[in-house]
Amino acid sequence: MADDNDHSDHPAHASELSEMQLRVRALETVLAEKGYVDPAALDAMIEAYETRIGPHTGAAVVAKAWADPAFKQALLADATEAVQSLGLISRVGDHLIAVENTPTTHNMIVCTLCSCYPWEVLGLPPVWYKSAPYRSRAVNDPRGVLADFGVSLPRDAQIRVWDSTAETRFIVLPMRPPGTEGWSDERLAALVTRDCMIGTGLPKSPRDAA
Amino acid sequence: MDGIHDMGGMHGFGKVVPEKDEPVFHAPWEGRCLALNRAMGAIGAWSIDEGRAGIEALPPDVYLESSYYKKWALRLENMVIARGLAGADEIAAGHALRSGNRLNRKLQIADVPRTLSRGSFGRTSQSAPRFKIGDRVRTKNIHPPTHTRLPRYARGRVGVIEANRGCHVFPDSTAVRAGENPQWLYTVLFEGPELWGEECDPTLKVSIEAFEPYLDPAS
Repeated sequence: MADDNDHSDHPAHASELSEMQLRVRALETVLAEKGYVDPAALDAMIEAYETRIGPHTGAAVVAKAWADPAFKQALLADATEAVQSLGLISRVGDHLIAVENTPTTHNMIVCTLCSCYPWEVLGLPPVWYKSAPYRSRAVNDPRGVLADFGVSLPRDAQIRVWDSTAETRFIVLPMRPPGTEGWSDERLAALVTRDCMIGTGLPKSPRDAA
Repeated sequence: MDGIHDMGGMHGFGKVVPEKDEPVFHAPWEGRCLALNRAMGAIGAWSIDEGRAGIEALPPDVYLESSYYKKWALRLENMVIARGLAGADEIAAGHALRSGNRLNRKLQIADVPRTLSRGSFGRTSQSAPRFKIGDRVRTKNIHPPTHTRLPRYARGRVGVIEANRGCHVFPDSTAVRAGENPQWLYTVLFEGPELWGEECDPTLKVSIEAFEPYLDPAS
């Protein structure tokens, strides 16, 4: 069945690949020759996204919130300020908002109109987050979406979907797994998956992380 | 714009298919394409909402058939041509045939850290907010042919103001180069059945981030 689904973001044909390589190379050459961009600056941007900016930052934030009640309170009050205070990244964009999962409420983040995503703390969004299946179904069938990820919630749990329709950005603060009392921030962070900070997953259990 | 990009609630797209161990980019051109788009935005060639409008302006069949970064590449081609920053003949030739003359800035390495942070969209308010937390509001039933951030599924619906996020640049205005026109931004919360009817999962609540001009008071 998987083959019937949206694979439009996985270019299967070498022809598209080479066509796009040529097209983007042509664009870059023209824009560089015109003096608008410096290819070395493009290299630096790509390198940052490939090596430095990613969900490890969000995982460190979540782990800190699990371990430090004062930080958790600050994070939920103003995530931009709280994350900035950790010094993990040079500048946190305005209006980062952390939303907390509880035993009765599960949060999920989507951008139905495009692909808004908290890049600074989670890196670039995965293909599925930008895909038509996720963007169409997250707002009216979140339990079905969760099933696609192998996640099922209690029938009576409230599901709260946040559609990122402006320049506010959301990160889910998942529930701390039981059996992690006394763990260091580093061990806790290893339980925090990207998907659990989007709301399409749950943190790993201590057993899985062993 | 009531375009194909406004996907919330549509049927027929199938399952979500996560990719195990997904790479940041699936081919080198994707990274070049992302960086080129960010670079042109960073030197002020267009605003973030003009850029979004550029994606939405792709024909619906092209939008659906193209991968994410292919859409970005097509948008970039269209916008540099529309803005007179490069000619279609130059892109076809793969080389500049004339000198660039519209922008006096070039994105350099020293500018890169700035491009990795999101822009700042909060602005000083010119007026008091019209709504307060807990107010019931009805979203407007609007269908502008230009860019808007009020999704179709949430038009004409009653919700509750949950938070005031401050005063922000108004995308509907900047997308058509009509100035920042800052507006109050609210988180508006809807019960699932208000959006999707009585058959809806009763445990579902959905919020949008709604600019004040999208909202009317509801009794």
